[in-house]
Amino acid sequence: MADVLAVEGLTVRLAANPDRSSILDDVGFTVSEGEVLGIVGESGSGKSMLALSVMGLLPPALTIRAGRISVLGDELAGRPREAWRSHRGRDMAMIFQEPMTSLNPVMRVGSQITEVLRWRGGLGRTRARQRALELLEQVEIPSPRSRLDAFPHELSGGMRQRVMIAIALAASPKLLIADEPSTALDVTVQAQILDLLRSLQRQSGLAMILITHDLGVIAEIADRVMVLYAGRVAETAPVRSIFNAPAHPYTQVLLGSIPDIAAQRARLATIPGSVPDALNMPPGCRFAPRCQYCQPPCEMSPPALRPLATDHNVACLRAFGELAVPA
Amino acid sequence: MSGAVLIEARGVHKHFPMRTSGFGAAAVVRAVDGVDLGIRKGETLGLVGESGCGKSTLGRLFLRLIEPTDGAILHKGTDLTSLRRGALRARRRDLQIIFQDPFGSLNPRKTVGAIIAEAYAIHGLGDRTERARWVAATLDLVALPRDAARRYPHEFSGGQRQRIGIARALALKPEFIVCDEAVSALDVSVQSQIINLMQDLQQELGLTYLFISHNLAVVRHISTRIAVMYLGRIVELADADALFAHPVHPYTRALLSAVPVSHPDQPRHRHMLRGDVPSATAVPKGCRFAPRCSFAEPRCLELDPELSRLDDGRAVACLLAADGTLPAEQRGGEAD
Repeated sequence: MADVLAVEGLTVRLAANPDRSSILDDVGFTVSEGEVLGIVGESGSGKSMLALSVMGLLPPALTIRAGRISVLGDELAGRPREAWRSHRGRDMAMIFQEPMTSLNPVMRVGSQITEVLRWRGGLGRTRARQRALELLEQVEIPSPRSRLDAFPHELSGGMRQRVMIAIALAASPKLLIADEPSTALDVTVQAQILDLLRSLQRQSGLAMILITHDLGVIAEIADRVMVLYAGRVAETAPVRSIFNAPAHPYTQVLLGSIPDIAAQRARLATIPGSVPDALNMPPGCRFAPRCQYCQPPCEMSPPALRPLATDHNVACLRAFGELAVPA
Repeated sequence: MSGAVLIEARGVHKHFPMRTSGFGAAAVVRAVDGVDLGIRKGETLGLVGESGCGKSTLGRLFLRLIEPTDGAILHKGTDLTSLRRGALRARRRDLQIIFQDPFGSLNPRKTVGAIIAEAYAIHGLGDRTERARWVAATLDLVALPRDAARRYPHEFSGGQRQRIGIARALALKPEFIVCDEAVSALDVSVQSQIINLMQDLQQELGLTYLFISHNLAVVRHISTRIAVMYLGRIVELADADALFAHPVHPYTRALLSAVPVSHPDQPRHRHMLRGDVPSATAVPKGCRFAPRCSFAEPRCLELDPELSRLDDGRAVACLLAADGTLPAEQRGGEAD
């Protein structure tokens, strides 16, 4: 299937300190039509900055130093802001964790949807309102007609996230980026939002990137998974391979550290230490200082992301049997 | 290990009056609305529920950090709500709390040593050298370096700060600790460190925990028994394994079915709830879950069910469960 998004060698640095800092380093992946790519990482992994890079919305303090970002075949990295603007909202849209801060609090819900339809879809006032109503129905908001004239504060958290989804879908994008879309919500509401996203994605053949720290959400919804650690890709694989045969030590310990809802486990796996600072990244594998298998070669240079099996790439020397077996 | 009840809520209510503009009766938020709950010595009682269900309020009531509107908190036979200030303070040596936010709950202008030693000063315990020795021993307990005592909270990562929060709670060697979303703000790899630490400390020091969390996987992992709260009431109380293997109350079923699966091949059986949680200012008459329940009968809208014990030892607040007429399977297609 066609690649909707292709990212290659993406490197993002602090604008004030481009030589020493590292937010994202040599990140590459593709998302094709009808696919859900889950991106997992903890705080400081760069997962949100990756999403903002793709959307062309990086804060001014950060800068893309190298790499390609191509949306529907159009190369965007290094181009002026106008180039992104022609795609944003039309070909690609994003929803964020906190719908209350991303919705305009003094604007009625209906107007926030019709705004997109009129600017992006070129619809007239009446037609736009009609379409906004359809969108609210599509995201399963009860009594949608009356909700059109509601303000965001009059809606519950789950309803607001549904409105955000309706706005994101208004211009029928090809790519939807969802950054922790259900994290701020209660578990029963989270389940509703995930089910909604999945069914909308299936209906429309949308390419979707779902960013989360929650491996359960990944298990629910992703087709393929990319594990980010300290700004580098640790592993990418189909969702079943990640859960059944994780190859990177970080992925392994991450899976072992979450309590399992289905079975009682005696003790959780832990990773000593914490994620390295963006201004002070280790020269070799970024996980090396916390890795139980670390050996001198790991600390020399960052391991390349290489194919281990079909569609399964890992950045770890050990995964390829390239470390001496300790005596 | 667990046996005698250490601390117990009896008929506890907490109603917060709301300031209303204009005329009419002032609205009341019934945050905790009639809870009976005993916590046994040495156990971890998990308390789960969604935002606004009253679980944090209940946790604070157990320590009498807030005053109940009605009801009693019995600690070793004494009603905490009857104690005067001095006596209550003496009691608090045994009763502590760990908060969610390791950033907001530590005084940024005090050294870690001073934060921990504050408890000794309040209770007039020890002299300078003794306090310094106790602080060092407490830091050892939570696996922080001893020189942490001279440093400030901002010098530590989130996980380390939560260790400081735990050290502060442990300073007076309490027997009961309320853990209010104590690991919720942490990344999973750090969260697992703190959970393991809390389990080790429980073993070592014989602690009793009330573990409040919205994260059901974490609660299942750490708890002996679990209480499920909905709109100010406990709707089900059962052994952790029994609750997850076989949830009885319709709300518990819906709640557990909403938890994301832990493996992509795991089957999903969603029991979607209709509507939103009603406001705690307008608690429905009868069973408070009835308006969203797919099994509700006319009587459920009239009669408020009590938490009653079933044959397998668990307690459930459901009229149908009490008389054995609650279907085992969720009704399909009704949750719209």
